[in-house]
Amino acid sequence: MNERRIVLPGEFLVEGDYQPGLNVFRQGKRFYSSKIGLLSIDKKVVSVIALHGVYEPKVGDLVIGKVIDVGTFSWTVDIRSPYTAILNASDYFKGRFNPLRNSLRDALAPGDMIIAQIVEFDRTRNPVLTVQGHGLGKITRGMIVELTPSKIPRLIGRKGSMINLLKKEGRCQITIGKNGLIHIVGETVKDEELVAQAIEKIEREAHTTGLTDRIMKFLRRSRGLDV
Amino acid sequence: MSSEFVRPDGRLPDQLRPIKMAVGVLDRADGSAYVEQGNTKVIVAVYGPRELHPRHKASPEAAVVRCRYHMAPFSTRERKSPNPSRREVELSKVIKDALSQTIFLERFPRTSIDVFIEVLEADGGTRCASINACSLALANAGIPIRDLISAVAVGKYNGHIILDLNDEEDEAAEADMPVAIMPSFNKVVLLQLNGVLTEEEFKQAFDLAVKGCMEINRIQRETLRSRYLSIKGEENEDV
Repeated sequence: MNERRIVLPGEFLVEGDYQPGLNVFRQGKRFYSSKIGLLSIDKKVVSVIALHGVYEPKVGDLVIGKVIDVGTFSWTVDIRSPYTAILNASDYFKGRFNPLRNSLRDALAPGDMIIAQIVEFDRTRNPVLTVQGHGLGKITRGMIVELTPSKIPRLIGRKGSMINLLKKEGRCQITIGKNGLIHIVGETVKDEELVAQAIEKIEREAHTTGLTDRIMKFLRRSRGLDV
Repeated sequence: MSSEFVRPDGRLPDQLRPIKMAVGVLDRADGSAYVEQGNTKVIVAVYGPRELHPRHKASPEAAVVRCRYHMAPFSTRERKSPNPSRREVELSKVIKDALSQTIFLERFPRTSIDVFIEVLEADGGTRCASINACSLALANAGIPIRDLISAVAVGKYNGHIILDLNDEEDEAAEADMPVAIMPSFNKVVLLQLNGVLTEEEFKQAFDLAVKGCMEINRIQRETLRSRYLSIKGEENEDV
């Protein structure tokens, strides 16, 4: 069972033996939505794919952030959430950090964009990032576009159908930051711009059905190919 | 309630003023809404949850709601001083308390949710119109809430219990009672009473207020829904 109807905050969704997923709360056995979004019931999990909202950091999430400040031992990174993130110099320099020898500002200056992973976050402290890992680190080329963070599931699609389509038909490498920033690297700027336009279309029409097909048509038609 | 009683503006005792609502009217704000109830016009902008400055005002347990109810100098017949009056401070407080009950504040510790209410034209029932606009703006901002709250005032005018008082009726009323509820959970989040009502009149007035809130809630939900249906229409053309 998988309906895709628009639900509103306070709206009664289902009653029975279900588990509350994202943006859903329960009162006894009755489940309600807490946001405007699309209802999705997968097996026994009731969730709502929100159409608006800020990014809530979670440990393990891949995010794209902007360095906003350089400290003595760490950088402050804006990850477009209510909490600013911290990247420790000891992480960036792999533990061989010496404040006399290594210059933080030479490595990452304010304004630089990074791909990072959240390694620590709880209610009392701000999220801590790492750039040690495959594909993580400073962004040196390509294009970055925005998408409402809650629409990321829509960008990925069911079993990755949408993102695979974008990569294949858009001829680009795409890295999705869970915080709603997307990094696109293609052979040419034209390829990157086409994918950016497609993501803009997803942002606007996230709540509609048959979106993957329309994106496919859009990409192929823009290249003058048969639909 | 005698049905032949007709109010100064021609309404029946249990009739709301004409209502207009819109969401997402401001681009910069995270969420916004505009509400018109008769001549009363209110615009609301919501920001957050966001980092709170100054830091010492933040709570480690939950988000803090900061609310500013303000009447524009041109909102009344006589120029209203733009400085916050005693009344505006009180309304900011009661509206904040009403909103705090619907928002899942514990989800965002150490942050603030900022609500700015600007009354563009005041003709009675501004706190209720403000609350209606606030809950639309919160939903529009994607802030998790328990329910869309709805509010309306009831009162006693010339011995009759009436719904949704305008300024003229409010001035002459024997009693005025704004009520805000969470319709899905039968909860009252704001109830104030100015004047005197007997126990019997209070019950009658309260029931009428709940009826009015339900109608307003229906319009709020229609407003939010129609926003997405209209985008669907636009996109069908280019396919």
